[in-house]
Amino acid sequence: MNLADHLPALQVALPLLTAPLVILLRTGFLAWLAALLASLASLGLALLLTAAVLETGTQHYAVGGWQPPFGIALTVDGLSALVLLLITGASSLALAGGRQSLRLDIDNRRAPMFYGAWLIAMAGLCGIAVAGDAFNVFVFMEISSLATYILIAAGRDRRALSAVFKYLIIGTIGATFYLIGVGFIYMMTGTLNFADMALRLNDVIETRPIIIAAGFITIGLALKAAIFPLHIWLPRAYTYAPNAVTVFIAACSTKVSIYVLLRFNYAVFHGNLLGHSDLFAVFIIPLALSGILLASAIAIYQGNLKKMLAFSSVAQIGYIALAAGLASQTGLVAALLHMFNHALAKGTLFLCVVAFVLTSRSATIANLHGIGRRMPWTMAAFVLAGLSLVGVPGTAGFISKWYLVVAVMEVPGWGVPLVVAIIASSLMAVVYLWKFVEVAYYGEAPGDDTAAMEVALPLRTLIWVAALSNVYFGLFPQLPLALAQSGSGTLLGGLN
Amino acid sequence: MGAHTLPVILLLPLLGAVGIAFTGRWPNVREAVSLLTAVTLAILVFSWFPEVAAGARPAVTLSEPLPGLSLALSLEPLGMMFACIASFLWIINTIYSIGYMRGNREKHQTRFYICFALAIAAAMGIALADNLFTLFLFYEILTLSTYPLVAHKGDAKTVASARVYLGILIGTSIGLLLPAIIWTYVATGTTTFTLGGIIQGNVPGPAVGLLLGLFVFGIGKAALMPVHRWLPAAMVAPTPVSALLHAVAVVKAGVFCVTKVIIYIFGVDFLFSQPSAQWLQYVAAFTIISASIVALYQTNLKRMLAYSTIAQLSYVIMATIILKPLAEIGAAVHIAAHAFGKITLFFAAGAIYTAAHKTELWQLAGIGRRMPITMAAFTIGALSMIGVPPTGGFVSKWFILAGAFQAENYLAIFTIIASTALNAMYFLPIIYFAWLAPNAPDVDMEHGEAPPAMLLALGVTAALTIGFFFFNQPLLDLESQLVQSLPL
Repeated sequence: MNLADHLPALQVALPLLTAPLVILLRTGFLAWLAALLASLASLGLALLLTAAVLETGTQHYAVGGWQPPFGIALTVDGLSALVLLLITGASSLALAGGRQSLRLDIDNRRAPMFYGAWLIAMAGLCGIAVAGDAFNVFVFMEISSLATYILIAAGRDRRALSAVFKYLIIGTIGATFYLIGVGFIYMMTGTLNFADMALRLNDVIETRPIIIAAGFITIGLALKAAIFPLHIWLPRAYTYAPNAVTVFIAACSTKVSIYVLLRFNYAVFHGNLLGHSDLFAVFIIPLALSGILLASAIAIYQGNLKKMLAFSSVAQIGYIALAAGLASQTGLVAALLHMFNHALAKGTLFLCVVAFVLTSRSATIANLHGIGRRMPWTMAAFVLAGLSLVGVPGTAGFISKWYLVVAVMEVPGWGVPLVVAIIASSLMAVVYLWKFVEVAYYGEAPGDDTAAMEVALPLRTLIWVAALSNVYFGLFPQLPLALAQSGSGTLLGGLN
Repeated sequence: MGAHTLPVILLLPLLGAVGIAFTGRWPNVREAVSLLTAVTLAILVFSWFPEVAAGARPAVTLSEPLPGLSLALSLEPLGMMFACIASFLWIINTIYSIGYMRGNREKHQTRFYICFALAIAAAMGIALADNLFTLFLFYEILTLSTYPLVAHKGDAKTVASARVYLGILIGTSIGLLLPAIIWTYVATGTTTFTLGGIIQGNVPGPAVGLLLGLFVFGIGKAALMPVHRWLPAAMVAPTPVSALLHAVAVVKAGVFCVTKVIIYIFGVDFLFSQPSAQWLQYVAAFTIISASIVALYQTNLKRMLAYSTIAQLSYVIMATIILKPLAEIGAAVHIAAHAFGKITLFFAAGAIYTAAHKTELWQLAGIGRRMPITMAAFTIGALSMIGVPPTGGFVSKWFILAGAFQAENYLAIFTIIASTALNAMYFLPIIYFAWLAPNAPDVDMEHGEAPPAMLLALGVTAALTIGFFFFNQPLLDLESQLVQSLPL
């Protein structure tokens, strides 16, 4: 075996082992640099894995050489690769762009611990994506959650403490529900491995414990994925977390929970439980729809830019959930693509917020009047990413919305109302974004000072790279599309 | 020229925008760059004319994000004409803008010229779009790039008007046009413009009317009532913007899109056979008559011109929906004829504002004696709106009426005659007062003509308005290619 064969294990091991080393470093700058390098290396690993998946198909890895079902199995297919790219990409973007902002938010003495927690969170999220069995998913979920609570609470804003407490309670309930469900399945099938589970469920279908397990797992993961109305932890957590942390978690953490949700409901249950996909659709589509409409409406009335974007995230998660609930090939492609494209757009938007707060020390919209005239470059990038969020053609958001609309059009009888809902929500997105864009360009600046005050060139460059990637993936979506198609194939494979 | 050079038409104004951004510190250089870009673009666009007139249809695909959904450009008669008009009038408008912006000491002039170049690039993209997806993309870019131009002044009232502008245009395009495009794609598997249409056989009869409705109201830039409100709102912009964009590039992009959709997506013959699509002529007729009546009651010159534009845009839609060859030619020709006439009128309005700071109609009494050149041009433009020979407006009206008779469409004939009378009712009094009435009381008369750059611009467009009456054959030949397959 050469090193390339160990890629799935390295994906988790690299950040996990770097974390304690980072804590030993003395200064915030060195810790940041080490975390950034580890994050970039993970991104490199994820890219290598993606290339391998696209070339030779699913990658299997047995930890320590112990073959499944006894050993721990890691599996990386197109779906996992997509999620890995999201996690490592978001982490790298947030770390690279967040240096200045984090230096202000995090006490220098505690900075090494903070960056250590960051790497542990990333390792946990990567672990969820590569784990081949349900229990390890739980373990990594706990690792990443605990580390994420630290990241959110690490800033100077004391309101983060109550926000993170709420997140902790709800996150723990979600994880417990998940564990209860997994326990039931283990009781009935004697296995934790996803592949085995899918096979052995056949013998015990329609037994009550399995149906209950499906309910517990779905609701537990919906809590962690912040599917409306189980989202109540999300807006405050996103708003009061340090800005760079928001870039990281907003781009990937809920998406990882959706990933597990999809894996369980499609790869495991879909082929085995009679009528499961109907039940799943009945559960998730109404929630998704209310999220799409209500969260967008709530976003319009937010006075804080971060909170507005957080509610927008809840609505966007609704799109993903809606597409996933359709149980069709096109629907799953739409869901996976939107995971990727929304991460691009939201990552860029929150990175712009990092820049705004760096210069004006506030994320309250009233304090950001006239910011567009003072920071024209950052604001233009914000508009570009906002267009992608709305789904204007030529941007990445359009591609996934197009797939979503085509997917709901395939639903007999419900196609038109669903399309109307999606379009109404897109129009609301125009409203809440434009409310900010208008005052940013034409509002009276709050102070007397109206001089230009752009952020430093490296951050500006990074913001523009992120913004232009929204355009690039809108015109050339081949890479995420290939991964989404391969991922949806794997998910529906259990069916066919 | 090879078809692969088509994107240059779009890139050139973009490049110009970059050049303007970098030379913003030196106004003379900046405006030279602007003018140079405009001239180069027009030469480039016109160099394609002979080829397209000879029947060539150059096409190029830039990227294909999804199967059946590509970013592709092509040139056909309608787009060729639109590109020619927009690029040529951009030169004149740039000359005019230089006079206007300097004469009124406007702020943020660099932003103004940049956004203008971007808007022209978007208009070129609309003209060259080979499918609905590409069309939609540039349609949205055009809306976004003109927003800063409308909100140019930046005070609360202007920003509120700009919000109406953006809200209606984005709202209709995402709320109605996008679903129409998706519906077309799902039903037919393509969005490419094809002569003869792609809808036939793919959408059941009654739904055709609904789809048509999604298209024509979704294309808010065509200002069909009740989605016309953005156009009067856009009049808060500096006059060169109203002149080129809200008399030519943006609104013409709207009716251009409608015409293109009817000819290339629905197909003229197919739509003629669909009873469910007939409602559109009633809406167009209603828009023509009621916009003309509203114009009659306006007291502000630019607002009056805006309502006149709304009526004239519906002429094009009316002509298109008559669905007879002569009327289709008339629709295309009216896009050109109205462009020359209306830009002249706006140029004159801007000249009056710059030289005399007058915006209301009652202030214009006797102004013809102080600004003879401006008012002469205004008179020519107004006559073209009414359709009096020898002006361009007569040519298109002739074709539209001929088409209406061909189709025995008495609604169209009646509407056109009634609106001609209404046009005369609101334009002729102005002409009379401006030349012959005694000066209005309490009005400053210590002014002369507008700056020479502006006079040059409005002189050229007034000459074009008359010239179009005599020299319109190349355009007629070009546009008759649209209807070659139909029996004349």
